[in-house]
Amino acid sequence: MGRIVLDQVSKSFGEVEVIPPLDLTIEDGEFTVFVGPSGCGKSTLLRLIAGLEDSSGGHIRIDGADATNVPPAKRGLAMVFQSYALYPHMSVRKNIAFPLRMAKLDQVEIDRRVDGAAAVLNLGDYLDRRPGQLSGGQRQRVAIGRAIVREPAAFLFDEPLSNLDAALRVGMRLEISELHKRLQTTMVYVTHDQVEAMTMADKIVVLHAGRVEQVGSPLELYRAPRNTFVAGFIGSPKMNLLEGPEAAKHNARTIGTRPEHIAISETDGEWAGTVGVSEHLGSDTFFHVKCDAFPEPLTVRASGEMTVGYGAKVFLTPDPAHLHRFDEQGLRLE
Amino acid sequence: MARAATSQRKVLNTALAWAVGFLIFFPILWTILTSFKTEAQAIASPPIFLNFDWTLENYAVVQERSNYMRFLWNSIIIAGGSTILGTIIAIPAAWSMAFVPSKRTKDILLWMLSTKMLPAVGVLYPIYLLFIKMGLLDSRAGLVIVLMLINLPIIVWMLYTYFREIPGEILEAARMDGATLKDEILYVLTPMAIPGIASTLLLNFILAWNEAFWTLNLTAANAAPLTAFIASYSSPEGLFYAKLSAASTMAIAPILILGWFSQKQLVRGLTFGAVK
Amino acid sequence: MATQHSRSAARLMMAPAVILLLGWMLVPLTMTLFFSFKKYLPLRGDSMANGLEWVGFDNYVRFVSSSSFWPSIQATLIIVGGVLAITIVLGVLLAILLDQPMWGQGIVRILVIAPFFVMPTVSALVWKNMFMDPVNGLLAHLWRAFGAEPVQWLSQASLPSLIMIVSWQWLPFATLILLTAIQSLDSEQLEAAEMDGAPVLKRFWFIVLPHLSRAITIVILIQTIFLLALFAEIFVTTGGAFGTKTLSYLIFQRVLESQNVGLGSAGGVYAIILANIVAIFLMRIVGKNLDA
Repeated sequence: MGRIVLDQVSKSFGEVEVIPPLDLTIEDGEFTVFVGPSGCGKSTLLRLIAGLEDSSGGHIRIDGADATNVPPAKRGLAMVFQSYALYPHMSVRKNIAFPLRMAKLDQVEIDRRVDGAAAVLNLGDYLDRRPGQLSGGQRQRVAIGRAIVREPAAFLFDEPLSNLDAALRVGMRLEISELHKRLQTTMVYVTHDQVEAMTMADKIVVLHAGRVEQVGSPLELYRAPRNTFVAGFIGSPKMNLLEGPEAAKHNARTIGTRPEHIAISETDGEWAGTVGVSEHLGSDTFFHVKCDAFPEPLTVRASGEMTVGYGAKVFLTPDPAHLHRFDEQGLRLE
Repeated sequence: MARAATSQRKVLNTALAWAVGFLIFFPILWTILTSFKTEAQAIASPPIFLNFDWTLENYAVVQERSNYMRFLWNSIIIAGGSTILGTIIAIPAAWSMAFVPSKRTKDILLWMLSTKMLPAVGVLYPIYLLFIKMGLLDSRAGLVIVLMLINLPIIVWMLYTYFREIPGEILEAARMDGATLKDEILYVLTPMAIPGIASTLLLNFILAWNEAFWTLNLTAANAAPLTAFIASYSSPEGLFYAKLSAASTMAIAPILILGWFSQKQLVRGLTFGAVK
Repeated sequence: MATQHSRSAARLMMAPAVILLLGWMLVPLTMTLFFSFKKYLPLRGDSMANGLEWVGFDNYVRFVSSSSFWPSIQATLIIVGGVLAITIVLGVLLAILLDQPMWGQGIVRILVIAPFFVMPTVSALVWKNMFMDPVNGLLAHLWRAFGAEPVQWLSQASLPSLIMIVSWQWLPFATLILLTAIQSLDSEQLEAAEMDGAPVLKRFWFIVLPHLSRAITIVILIQTIFLLALFAEIFVTTGGAFGTKTLSYLIFQRVLESQNVGLGSAGGVYAIILANIVAIFLMRIVGKNLDA
């Protein structure tokens, strides 16, 4: 079980309010991702749930019980840290066994669980090594192993992949998702990378300056961002957010259109413009087009087959079905 | 840098540096050599450097006549005891400052240092008086306490700088894993900081071993360590060079060897992290 | 950043060290301050039990106006200044030398550092008898070898002799710290200066020395604090005779030898004030470094 409820939880460091009062429910078995730019309070929020920081107000309930003043060890949560935080002076086996030793389990049970976790994570051959002798990916697995053996109510991940190189990151991403499917345990995952959020989450919580901007499934956030911040943050490359008379035509202060929802043509279309830099990815090509109607260049996705040179005149047409409209406060207009 | 002049310059540097090194080390070397001479050879004119009759007689005499072993034992107890006691008190304090820093941490650290700068002579009589009242004068326990207090700021400071290099996340991980504060310090922090703790112990052992104000002023016959033992050679035994040398060699040999191991930590320990 | 729980644990764990040092500082300090306003001559029957006579600032005035006060200040300044000058100048030169590529650098380092680990009483005694003895000392032999009259080191040239002994002890400390500082100098800076056509001396003056200025300041401050408290070396060599009575030694004599506690305590307060003036500067530097 692992249902986590935050009820008016807030956090201030001295005079500075990092997280204004906030409500959030994380359902049992859900993979929840906190995502936002650095300094948005997502790690602080995770540390509040973990009990590594005191909340300045509100209540945290884990499976119905008030955990607000319960020390971290007693909350039944396991955490995987950004730096992995392995104990460098202990072997992999001792590292994974440490929480069990602290819980004073008997040695037979400890060995059984450590071997079980090692089998799941392919660490069997490394149990007698020290963390210093392992690669980044292996260390990451040890850190996860240390979390698994406790059979926690929920796993907390604090940017666990940010220290890995790009190739390894994709692999670990799949492994963590796989693990979640197998264990069916609640996972709370913090990242600044919206790709990780989109690919892994059941539920995404977008945070900005300590406030929750939107909560929803990846596709909900992609299809109907609640405001311009979420619109600009979710999706890659970023949504084009446009202001001015063109937006007014749609009765909005700002209109948003994703690069994949703009048609590009050399003959006719709604907005005339000039092609700037093109980025060829092979399957797709991204054109940066400077339109007369807007001060900022627009990003447009086209098929990898399309070739338009630098400085060429083109016409862009947004797909009206995927046009997002926002009001003066940046809130979505339906 | 591969330059033509380099190897020539290297020879010159080497010669010069070795000459200077030898000159600085010479008083120690001379003391060690003299300790193996007979008294007559020790004051021979002109001085004899190496071709004398090597003898261990002086060492035997020094031990026999002045009970060297008892002074040595006192030095070990006093220096060792004060260092270990100080470290036991300092580890929790350094943990607090390194991992739970507050606005006052810096002030407390600096204040601790400032106690180290109190001139001993300014508080000599009060301590002397308190020692008499408490029956601590000329006792090893009394010196263990005083030297512990004198070195405590340095011990706290050194441990603090070592602890600060340990990532706090590891201690938080231990906390998440169910470790109590005691477990956290005993099973995670201390083993990780072993090299730092060892250098701290080493340097403070040396400082306590060589301390020569309180050890001279607060001891008489019973608790006198090697510093006082040597001072007693001031006269007239000081005129017996070979025996003086043997006694001196015995007093400094253990610490010279330890000192060479600790030279890297010396800078950190004695400049309070201000020079890296 | 931490929880309330860990903060209160931290306070608790800091308590023993803080309380001990607070006691170590306040109790004797208060007593010294108390005695300094009293007439307290234990040998003449004064005792705490009988009550001590309050004499106001008498002790302070008498300490300063005694005939040995100004000579002691002079001796202190000469010794501290002399040792500082020698150790800094030689220390910089030695640090630069040791920083050059050479064979057996590790061994030379060990040789140079060794004196720092020699017990103060040992070094004082060895220098006094085996080197500076006017008859059998090695220096006497050396003087005679050149046909010169051996010097009565510790009586005729007492201050220079003492400076020499203490400098020998502290040179390793200065060298080691300055060497550490030099090694942190970016060698590309020197190479850039060389490319710019700066000759060796100019590079030393405009790049190496400014880089060392902080380390030199620290060496000066730390050594000053230790040198102001110089004791064993004087105790063993001259016992304060021949103009080597420093302020510390004078206080020691007043308190323990002539048992004039009140007068000695007033002197102690002067010494504490003096040391604190130096300490404030050191604290500033150390404190700044803490923030970084």
